[in-house]
Amino acid sequence: MRNSSSIDDSTWEGLADALLLADVGVVTTDALVDGLRKQVGREGVADADGLLRLLKVEFLARLGDADRNLTLGGEPSVWLFVGVNGVGKTTTIGKLGHRESVAGHRVVFAAGDTFRAAAADQLSLWADRSGSAVVRGAEGADPSSVVYDAVAHAASRGADLVLADTAGRIHTKANLMDELSKVRRVAEKGAGTVTETLLVIDATTGQNGLVQARQFAEAVDVTGIVLTKLDGSARGGIVVAVQDDLGIPVKLVGVGEGVDDLVPFDPEEFVDALFAADVPA
Amino acid sequence: MFESLTNRFDGILRKVRGKGRLGPDDVDEFLREVRVALLEADVHLEVVRTLQDRIRERAVGAELAGALNPGQQVVKIVLEELTEILGGEAVRLPYASKPPTVVLLAGLQGAGKTTTAAKLARWYKARGRNPILIGADLQRPAAVEQLRTLGDRIGVPVFSEPSDPVAVARAGLAEAARLGRDVVVCDTAGRLAIDDDLMAEVAEVSGVLEPHHTFLVIDAMTGQDAVSTAEAFHARLGLDALVLTKLDGDARGGAALSIKEVVGCPVAFASTGEGLEDFETFHPDRLAGRILGMGDVETLIEKAEETFEKEQAEAAAARMLEGTFTLDDFLDQIRALRQMGPISNLMGMVPGMAQQMRNADADVDVDDGRIDRIEGIISSMTPAERFDPDIIDGSRRARIARGSGTQAGEINQLVKQFREMRKMMKQMGGRGVAKKKSRKGRKAGGGRTTARGPVPVDRKKGLSLPGLGDQASVPGLPSDSLDLLGDRPKG
Repeated sequence: MRNSSSIDDSTWEGLADALLLADVGVVTTDALVDGLRKQVGREGVADADGLLRLLKVEFLARLGDADRNLTLGGEPSVWLFVGVNGVGKTTTIGKLGHRESVAGHRVVFAAGDTFRAAAADQLSLWADRSGSAVVRGAEGADPSSVVYDAVAHAASRGADLVLADTAGRIHTKANLMDELSKVRRVAEKGAGTVTETLLVIDATTGQNGLVQARQFAEAVDVTGIVLTKLDGSARGGIVVAVQDDLGIPVKLVGVGEGVDDLVPFDPEEFVDALFAADVPA
Repeated sequence: MFESLTNRFDGILRKVRGKGRLGPDDVDEFLREVRVALLEADVHLEVVRTLQDRIRERAVGAELAGALNPGQQVVKIVLEELTEILGGEAVRLPYASKPPTVVLLAGLQGAGKTTTAAKLARWYKARGRNPILIGADLQRPAAVEQLRTLGDRIGVPVFSEPSDPVAVARAGLAEAARLGRDVVVCDTAGRLAIDDDLMAEVAEVSGVLEPHHTFLVIDAMTGQDAVSTAEAFHARLGLDALVLTKLDGDARGGAALSIKEVVGCPVAFASTGEGLEDFETFHPDRLAGRILGMGDVETLIEKAEETFEKEQAEAAAARMLEGTFTLDDFLDQIRALRQMGPISNLMGMVPGMAQQMRNADADVDVDDGRIDRIEGIISSMTPAERFDPDIIDGSRRARIARGSGTQAGEINQLVKQFREMRKMMKQMGGRGVAKKKSRKGRKAGGGRTTARGPVPVDRKKGLSLPGLGDQASVPGLPSDSLDLLGDRPKG
């Protein structure tokens, strides 16, 4: 680090701080900063702007050019939504149902959260907004059977997409994770095929997000992440580690409570936002 | 690989504990590990720095003297700093001199406000109060229906109307007065701290309610953003305390530590499960102990005292020490233990247990299903077999396996471990105080934190049982019986 006229220790510290405060995590942050230090020395980058450019490139390389499209292909296709409590699964389904209806799909909602009081009511209200059908069971009913019924309903009415809600569950509860595996299996017992299993993660989630992703991936073979509540002050940096470690890409981003506030994930925008306010001098 | 804060501290403390003296290099190494551990536990960056500085100052300084060796001294310093940040005693929640006592809940979307509202109302009701719930979340579809359902479940009236949150709050107060309710718990919509309009709205709700207690409901999994969120809500509402939710997972809850340090807001309640009864007043000193791997002994004892027949437990403990403990006693204890709640919740409270479970990784799966099987096996035995498992031969074993839907191997394992446990209990009874070596390839020191650590454990006569820590208290249940519950391979 000879040419440190404008990149000095405080620059590095500021950089690490920004990453840590964005919940990127201490392991990923230390690895990134170490790699950059070497690269900066090698390539003779002299100013903080150059450093930030390098960092951005590094981030984008980590996030990769993963396929972030949502896959169809079943008759009907089933997209299953999983995650811990309160991350926004039901809301995400509501918004996505609207989007897919507008795109010309015939959508059926499966109210697979039979645990939380009034969860099915919440989903039904969303279904009304997008004109989708909703299949629900009694409170406390077996979620697998609700999803199975929804798939059968979709198949009989010629609907091509089932969005299946599930109850939030803490990933450490073995019996609830088993229940989820069963939902995933039973969803394919009838006509449908599960073409997406989306893990919903709240952007305010800290380092526990990686543990969550690992456990859910083990239980249901997660195909993508939906990062919700990114319109707040939290940056959702943990998804970098999730993609790095587990290879699961973020596919959708929730940015508000309105029906249109669900957008495709844009890695560049995401990386820019990571540093939006706390760019090191 | 992310480890829990407790787990990581165990590793560091073990390293430091073995040393006779502690040089500046040791302190630095310790502090590096502390930094990583705290950051992985979602403690805010600034708080991590403060904590590191304080620990360094004290660890390298003059305090390294006295009866404790330097390693023990550092453990003590870390514990004290954590405890100090978390705040001294449990939060007190006085009732208003002129009822009703009004509680306002606020927080981000999905933190668990609605569930917390119901749990809190239930908590007040259990204390002889007559609460009413106000549903002022008119934002999230069906939030009011959710609250009404929960209200029905706990037998607490719910007030709401499709107007606006401020009007609901005002009318809710009037309704509380009309019905003569003495506690009002108001649920509000989740909102982002940066949403000025909604933050102004909740401030207006607060202005109408003039709450005696304003709680920020915050998810234990929250990352670095927790502090700015709490600051924003505090600026608008003047927070009195936090309710920390989803603490039943493996999230380490560093957010609580950070908020206390930066905003000064203590945690009043912790929500530890999906059941409406999974809600307890929060004891900061206990969390500090838990962070350091000392387990939440006091909570466990309290739970035990609520559910155990004390005499029965004492009798069993006596038989245990005599070596006449039978499988029947064991079954009684498993059942009593289960009344205290899901086993997985309890395990985290046992000192040394949490890290033992982690050390053994996936091999130990102390879940309720496993305990069902043990119950099944013992229940399928005749009284004679329970009294003396040695009489179980091949044909008896086959019958028990059929009766309980298990395999002969599982029965063998249970009986063998039970026999070892009983033998050891007897030896201990003879010797008095437990001083055992770790038996089954446990990492050294894994279960010893309590006895050697600086925090005095509340020991109850007749409830103190060996094997977990040197003197950890798991009422009525010897720790080695926990081995029976786990699938620990023998080393």
